[in-house]
Amino acid sequence: MADLKVNIGGLLLKNPVMTASGTCGFGPEMEPFIDVSSLGALVVKGTTLEKREGNPYPRMAETPSGMLNSVGLQNKGIEYFIKNTYPHIRQYDTRIIINVNGSTVEEYVRLTEMINDLDDIDGIELNISCPNVKMGGMAFGTHLPTTEKVIREVKKVCKKHFMVKLSPNITNVADFARVAESEGADSVSLINTLLGMAVNAETRKPVISTVTGGLSGPAVKPVALRMVWQVSKAVKIPVIGMGGIMNATDAAEFMIAGAAAVQVGTAMFINPTVAMDIINGLNEYLDNNNFSKASDLTGTLIH
Amino acid sequence: MRIEDFELKSNRRLTRDYFVLDLLSPGKLPDIMPGQFVQFRVDSARDVFLRRPISVYDVDYEKNILSLLIKEVGSGTKAMARLEKGARVNIIYPLGNTFTLGPEDERSLLVGGGVGVAPLLLLAKVLKSKSLKFKILLGYQSAENIIEEERFSQMGEVLITTDDGSYGYKGLITAHPELNSDNYDRIYCCGPEPMMRAVADIARSGEKFCEVSLENMMACGYGVCLCCVVDTVRGNVCTCTEGPVFNINELKWQT
Repeated sequence: MADLKVNIGGLLLKNPVMTASGTCGFGPEMEPFIDVSSLGALVVKGTTLEKREGNPYPRMAETPSGMLNSVGLQNKGIEYFIKNTYPHIRQYDTRIIINVNGSTVEEYVRLTEMINDLDDIDGIELNISCPNVKMGGMAFGTHLPTTEKVIREVKKVCKKHFMVKLSPNITNVADFARVAESEGADSVSLINTLLGMAVNAETRKPVISTVTGGLSGPAVKPVALRMVWQVSKAVKIPVIGMGGIMNATDAAEFMIAGAAAVQVGTAMFINPTVAMDIINGLNEYLDNNNFSKASDLTGTLIH
Repeated sequence: MRIEDFELKSNRRLTRDYFVLDLLSPGKLPDIMPGQFVQFRVDSARDVFLRRPISVYDVDYEKNILSLLIKEVGSGTKAMARLEKGARVNIIYPLGNTFTLGPEDERSLLVGGGVGVAPLLLLAKVLKSKSLKFKILLGYQSAENIIEEERFSQMGEVLITTDDGSYGYKGLITAHPELNSDNYDRIYCCGPEPMMRAVADIARSGEKFCEVSLENMMACGYGVCLCCVVDTVRGNVCTCTEGPVFNINELKWQT
């Protein structure tokens, strides 16, 4: 039995496997299948100040080895979360991270302040990389000065672990990671979805209502691995890797490339127990490869 | 809600496009209600990434067999059609809600088109077991597409329409006199969306109770991806967890 504990910039996780935002609801949805407390961390669905209806149906297209989505941050708003969701999920014996979204810097700041008051929330994941909302989201995370500004302003008020989720829809991801680090982020997570598109040749219409959407699943894994590797060389803060992780081998590859921990996303849709399978499989992998600690695997790429 | 490996006991071809998979549960089957569905994992097709939502067609609690009526449409259902006896099939089930049954004195009409007839067999079975009054109206393109008429007839009176008139009433299901009569109080409908919208219009004008079962595209099937939403009076809600059965008054279908 390897020691699975990892330390993410001061945040101690029982294992390096988190569920990615938007793929595990708020936690209760997974209860029929897994013990949520066994996760390294639970990253809940993207939350905004006000309730959002999201984008019109259809919002999803199956694509080769993956899928496109344009959900558009549908959620009931932070007040609903605090009143109705938080009292239940705060009882989980795991780290809880809230994925925070805004359409202005002020909204990100206000949300962060409200989350500061929630004792059993361990961190925020600043989502400046959602490709499916018109205002905010990716517009923040694909423009360096704006990225710098929103991170700086949130950092001033954030009393929790401060994770910044990076967009892959840029040329040099390391530049954005360096800005996150210099503005005080405790960790960076990547990648969010890649901007993509699907067309129906019969109807000559786009498959999803917003024309473009975010690509996820194994199709994006090589891009994600490359970006995790580049970022881990560029910054000293921990990197949380994600993008098409379907099993423990995939998770190990991300850690070898430089990730201190991983998030499992789209795989949840196909296999709701996948996070548990990955935790068990990673343990086995570490034993078989003579690693006594999961953290020893991070950044061990031989080249 | 659970994830289990079932064993394929038989793969029965019904028509050119339709087949039934009888799946043996590894243990005792939980209660499965009409309208509920399974998320079927397709491992045997390279280009299929997501599970496929399939309505439960029938349940045999004595033999622990769950049956799925499937239409070959895309690569997922084509791969299912090729499965052979003994195959392991991983499903998440039972998912979704069910139809709302009426009081004893009300009469129901079950209206199904194409593969939409699937959830109506189990519904008819439940209605029959509760001695509720109902008829079944099924619409097909032509005689060779008709699915297990005898099995439906064992549940109650079956009326059939075909678009080309090769069997039963000739014309669209929405033109059938029974649907446009006052012989019943409730409609349960499943089929292509244009058909369900037309049936909903008939129900609305006759001020009848009407529930429809939607077939929105899904990724997860258990309420985490938020991809299968339908616009309702309560806003966007997931078809997989809040549906697939909706009262038409909840849907924003009015034209």
